[in-house]
Order: sequence, then structure tokens, then C-alpha cells
Amino acid sequence: MNELALASFAAASDAHLVGEPRSSRFAAFKARFDAPAELARLSTLGVRFLARSDPAFPPLLRAIHDPPPGLFVRGEAEVELLSRPAVAVVGARACSAYGRQIARSLGRDLAAAGLVIVSGLARGVDAEAHRGALEAAGVTIAVLGCGIDRDYPAAHRELARQVAATGLVVSEYAPGVEPAPWRFPARNRIVAGLCAATVVVEARERSGALITADFALEEGREVLAVPGEITSALSAGANALLRLGATPLTCAQDVLEGYGLVAAAAAAPELGETARKVLNRVREGALGADELARVTGLSAGDLAVVLTELELVGAVNEEDGVFRAAS
Amino acid sequence: MLARSVTHALVGLEPRRVEVEAHIDSGIPGFAIVGLADRACSEAKHRVRSGIGSASLEWPLKRITVNLAPAGLRKEGSGFDLSIALAILAASRQIPVAQLAEHAAVGELALDGRVRPVRGAFAVAEGARRAGLERILCAPESACEAELGGVEAIPVRHLAEAVAYLRGELRPPPAEPLDEEPEPDPPDLADVRGQERARRALELAAAGAHNLLLAGPPGTGKTMLGRRLPSILPPLEPLEALEVMRIHSVAGVLPPERPLITRRPFRAPHHSASTAAIVGGGTGPRPGEASLAHRGVLLLDEIPEFQRPALEALRQPLEDGVVAVARVQGQALFPARFQLIATMNLCPCAGRGDPAAECSCSPQRLAAFRDKLSRALLDRFDLVVTVPRPRAEELAAGPSESSAPVRARVADGRARLDGAPLRRTPEADELLGRAVERLPLSGRGRARVARVARTAAALSGAEAVLPEHVAEALAYRSPKELAT
Repeated sequence: MNELALASFAAASDAHLVGEPRSSRFAAFKARFDAPAELARLSTLGVRFLARSDPAFPPLLRAIHDPPPGLFVRGEAEVELLSRPAVAVVGARACSAYGRQIARSLGRDLAAAGLVIVSGLARGVDAEAHRGALEAAGVTIAVLGCGIDRDYPAAHRELARQVAATGLVVSEYAPGVEPAPWRFPARNRIVAGLCAATVVVEARERSGALITADFALEEGREVLAVPGEITSALSAGANALLRLGATPLTCAQDVLEGYGLVAAAAAAPELGETARKVLNRVREGALGADELARVTGLSAGDLAVVLTELELVGAVNEEDGVFRAAS
Repeated sequence: MLARSVTHALVGLEPRRVEVEAHIDSGIPGFAIVGLADRACSEAKHRVRSGIGSASLEWPLKRITVNLAPAGLRKEGSGFDLSIALAILAASRQIPVAQLAEHAAVGELALDGRVRPVRGAFAVAEGARRAGLERILCAPESACEAELGGVEAIPVRHLAEAVAYLRGELRPPPAEPLDEEPEPDPPDLADVRGQERARRALELAAAGAHNLLLAGPPGTGKTMLGRRLPSILPPLEPLEALEVMRIHSVAGVLPPERPLITRRPFRAPHHSASTAAIVGGGTGPRPGEASLAHRGVLLLDEIPEFQRPALEALRQPLEDGVVAVARVQGQALFPARFQLIATMNLCPCAGRGDPAAECSCSPQRLAAFRDKLSRALLDRFDLVVTVPRPRAEELAAGPSESSAPVRARVADGRARLDGAPLRRTPEADELLGRAVERLPLSGRGRARVARVARTAAALSGAEAVLPEHVAEALAYRSPKELAT
């Protein structure tokens, strides 16, 4: 288990290592290293170690130019999950309501079609992508930028638990490694590396999501970007990617085509005539309730009834008083 | 020589009978007040002495002892002055003892003998009525208020007038009849343009006495809407009015020229208010804003700006309808059954909820902002409405529905809610069950939705709670339950 020794050495010396260093310190460390004891310690933490040399190590990740020596894995799913067709959904932590909603519905639709959703458990787009996949009862993989035993950010402890219940939480870092700014770009190479395609939902000009996209491009993977408003700073990064030749993403099918998959046919909910009218109006653009009431001619009370119906069947989402059509 | 007069001390809102005994004995001239009097009350010594002098009455040059019984009850404030002066005058046989025994008295004395009003005259008069007295001597400013307590008020401007009256030499004109001019109307809903959803929520809140939280970017009329809730509430019932007047009298905020309250109180404390100012307290515990809003509306504008302890202290009255202020001497209970209306921005930068703007708050800042409201407090709001920024066309539209028709609908709805209980139909139950499954809705959230649905049904005049009522109630559920 040379890889485990290497990963443990990297954690102990707070370094980022992908190959064995030719130093006497490492030689001494390796000589002293007790792999079975370390594996036993990991299993008490509920953590498995998947070495690069293991045949189960995801081939896509092994193919990148600096694959990690191995992955620490926790969660209920088998490690073979890492080799299944996967798509990375990444984006800004501080995202708009639009970005949040797109991330969630992409996560839902892509997972429903059978893809594994890979993201970084961060706030904003990442978390929404995970949640979307969980909503569709799909599987999702969270890649951490810190030790495998940490839940970072702490606010997403519950989300991490849900992800691990059906999917996997993975990290190249041994337990106990603190999150550090430089580890997150390194984490992003794993996010991109696990997937044949990367979707950037919303990104500022110098966003971490763009680093993920760069890794994907370098490895020759597909990169898709969700077009954003050209006036919005939140979308500047995604739009810049489009200018550079990324595939514009307009619906889940754009991603699925690349995998030869078809979107699961959404059961069209049965809606009354008023509900359909309201839904059509919302599809033309996000609106507040009062404006909807005016353009549809419904009273505030009746409109509230219709909107709740639409919300319950998942056709409309409300955030901060503004209603949007679910894609 | 001994004489007695009767007055009442306030413990919270409760009047407690206090006998003022004056004893005049031969000995070295002196004047002592005993019976657990506080500072303002002990200083009565000087005011009473000057007052009696100024009224050209005789100050007995003997040993005077005034006892405020029961001695164990703490006496606070200056309201005992008049009783003390009259007891001394009776003990020195300057006024008939028997006459004095039939009157209660309340008022502060000025150095020139004038009688000044004190707070709580209404409660003192109520105490006098309960003690079987029919007349109360008080300052003219307090007379109307005291009459409301169910006794005849004898307005006396000066100590000399009180003496003349008790000697049977003067019959002071009866208390000025109440100002017949109606109270000025509260602001009307017609002033609010657009905001149909929030108006509807306000109507539901008024009909079901639900607490309402209005959230939205600044300048969308949240406060304006909140201030207009009183205009669509039914007037106070007579018994409720008495409760409200008692509280306002004790707090000293009853307007002397129009003490009769018929409109529901509306209180909007500033967000810098202390916990004691909000729920009541202080040494002689006084009612706070929560109690002053009893049977009415408490508006907390920009609720996240309030001090967290002050907000948490509101949880007790929101639950029990009463504030218990504990003191070593015992507990003072102030009723505080109010309807809470609160407003807040959606985020510190105020960009959220505005389709034309973008929020620039960091997640940490946003989380800190939202954390100011505890889950427990948010749970007390049955209705939560996000008020988005209105478009220009809405503001240019003509005037909206005024308060009067809404008030009529609210009154109808309230009557129906008081009648036979409205039950959910099986279809409505099914919808509620589906919502609990589909939306993250807690047990408490479910109960809130059920309550609001009942109000919606009552407003619509339906015989039972139908699915559409549940659906509407779901539209006003707390966004925190959706928040992730």
C-alpha cells in the first residue's frame, strides 16, 4: 500500500503529493508506516481507501495528468460508483436565485436520467446540484477539499450525510487534514477528472468553477456553460466560457446527448385551465405575485391557490417573493 | 386623635386597598410617615405640609404619625399625598371624619396646594368601587378616567376645594363629560397601491388574529401595510376596552381629555427599545409595549434590528397572552394578548426580492442576518409574506380598496370563526398531507397552515375548510421552512 503511505505522508507533512518524493524523510516514513494498522484506523472512521493502483480506481480520473495517489471514500455506495458515467455540476457559492434553481433542476433531471452528479459540497450551486440529485432519488458524489472526516462547510453536515447515505463522499486527503485555500483548486481537478463533462452553472470572472472548467478542458473533457444575463457580474465567468467555445446549455438534454442518454420523460402534471394560464405566464419570465395577479386578472387569494398547486407539482418555484418556472 | 382615609396602591395592575391612618398626639411636634413608603412617597411629608399651609388650613403643631396600612405592602409614587393631607386634617378635626370615610382619594399635592393627576387613577377608582366606596376625590384631569372605574369622581383643583367639599360648603361641578369628538381615524388601506398579496394576507391576519411577518426589500410598503391593520380590525368589546384602559391608565398614557378607548391600541416601539420597555418591568413594575398593545396590534418594524433578548422575551406573551414580571415582593402580571406584525428586509444589502437588483451579501452575512430571528420566534408567525418591489404601473394605478369593506369582511369572518368549528374536508386533508410530504413542513408549520386555512374558509363563507383554503394558507407559510 504505497499509495496509502504517500497519502498519509502528504497529510503529515501538509504537502500536496501525487508521486513518491525521493527524499530521505519519505523513505523513513515509509519504512515506519504500518499500512494494516492505518487501514484498521480508517475503517473505525467508516472510511475506505481506494488506491490508484486498484483496478476499481475510476479510469477517467486515472487518465488525468496528476491523478491523486488514492481516494479516501465514505458512504454507503460501492466504489464502483466512481466509474459510472458522471457529470460535474459546479458554480458560484454566492449565486443568484436563478443559478440556484438551474443547479437544482439540472441535478434532478440529470440524476433522473441515470447520471451520477459530482460536485464539491460547497454553498450555492454545488449544494443545489447535490440536492437536486437527491430529490430525484439519484446518486451523487461530493468531493471534499479537506480531510475525509471533515464536513466542510459545517452548515452542510446534514447534506453530506444525505449524500453519503446513497452515494459517496470522497477526498484525496487523509482524515484530519484542515481545509486550506490551495486545496480547493486541487479538489476541483478531481471533480472534473471523475466526469466526462463539466457544467458551469454560474460563475464570476475569477471563480473556482472556472478552475474546474479549465481542468476539464485540459483533459479534453466536455465543458458546458449555462448562459447568463450579459449584464450580471455573477454570469461573467460562464459567459466568458461560452465565448471561448464551451457548449451552451439550454436544457438537460444538451448534456444527456453527449452520453447517449435520453431525459426521463417528466410526467406532465394535470393542471386546470387557470393553472396552465398562470404557468405559461411565469414561463415567459420571473414575476412577483402581484404582477401575476394583474396580468392574469385573478384575485390575490385565487392566485395564491393556483401558485401553491403549481408549487406542489413542482412546476413553479418561489424565492423571495418572485415566482419562476421550474425548467 | 385618629382619622382614616382610603386609597389604593397598585401592584402591577391590581389595586390594593391602603388605609391612611393619621394619628395626632401631644408631644414634641414632628411628622413621620411609616408603612414601607418609597422615596417619592416619603417626600409626601413636605408636599403635604406646604399644601396644608397654602390652603390656609392649620398644620397641627403636635406629634403626627401617618401609617400606610397594610405596612407590608410597598407604597410607591406620589398618589397618596391627597389622602395623607385629608387624614391629617380629619384627625385634627378640621374636616368631618365621617364624611371622609365615604370617599376614596387619589392625587399628588403641589406646594401651593393644587391637586395634580397621577397615573393609574382608573385602577384606583376600580379598587374604590370594589371596596364599596361610591365617590373618589381626584384631580380634574383624572376625573373622566376615574368615572370610567364605576365611581363618582369629585374633581378638586386644590386641597382647599377638597376641604370645602367635605365640609359641605362646596359642590364642585361634576366631571366634564367625555370629549364626544370621535378619535381620529387610523390610516386607511386605500393609501396602499398594489401589493394585493400582502393586502390579502393582512385581511387573513385581521380575521384570524394571526401574527404576520412582512418581508421584502425596502420601500415596498411593508410598514405602511402594518400601520393599516388597526383600520380593518373590529372595535373593542366593552370588557376588552376596560382591560385596555386599566393598562394604559397604570402606564400613564391614557389621554386625559379622551380616556375612553374604543379603538384597538396600536403600538410601534422603536427597534432600540430595551427588554423592559418591550415586555414591562422596572422597580414599580410598569407595563411594557407588549401590554400596551393588549387586544390590539404590536408592530415591530425591521424586526432583525431589535435586540435579541427583547425579541425572545416576547415569546412568553405570544404564547400565554400575559407578561409575568417577577420581583422579590411578588409577581406582577400584565395581560399582553396582542397581534404581532413584523417587517424585515430579506438581506442586509436589501437587494434580495428585487427583480431589478442583485444581492451582494456574502453567505455568512446573510446567515448572520437571518440568525437574528430564532426559529422559536419565527414559529409564532402564522403568516409570512414576501413583498416584492412593485412595478411602476402598479404605483400609477388608481386608489385601491379602502378599509371599510375589508373591515366588514373581517367582522363577518370573525363571527364565523367564533361559531361552529370549521372542519377540513377529506380532500383538504389530503392536500395538507401531500404538502407536508412535498414541502419541508414541520409539525408546527402544519398546525399553522391548518389555522390559516380555517380563517380563509371563514372569510370565504364556506361551510368547511376546502382544498383551496389549504392551498392559499400554504402560500403564506414561513420561507425558513423552504430555506436550505
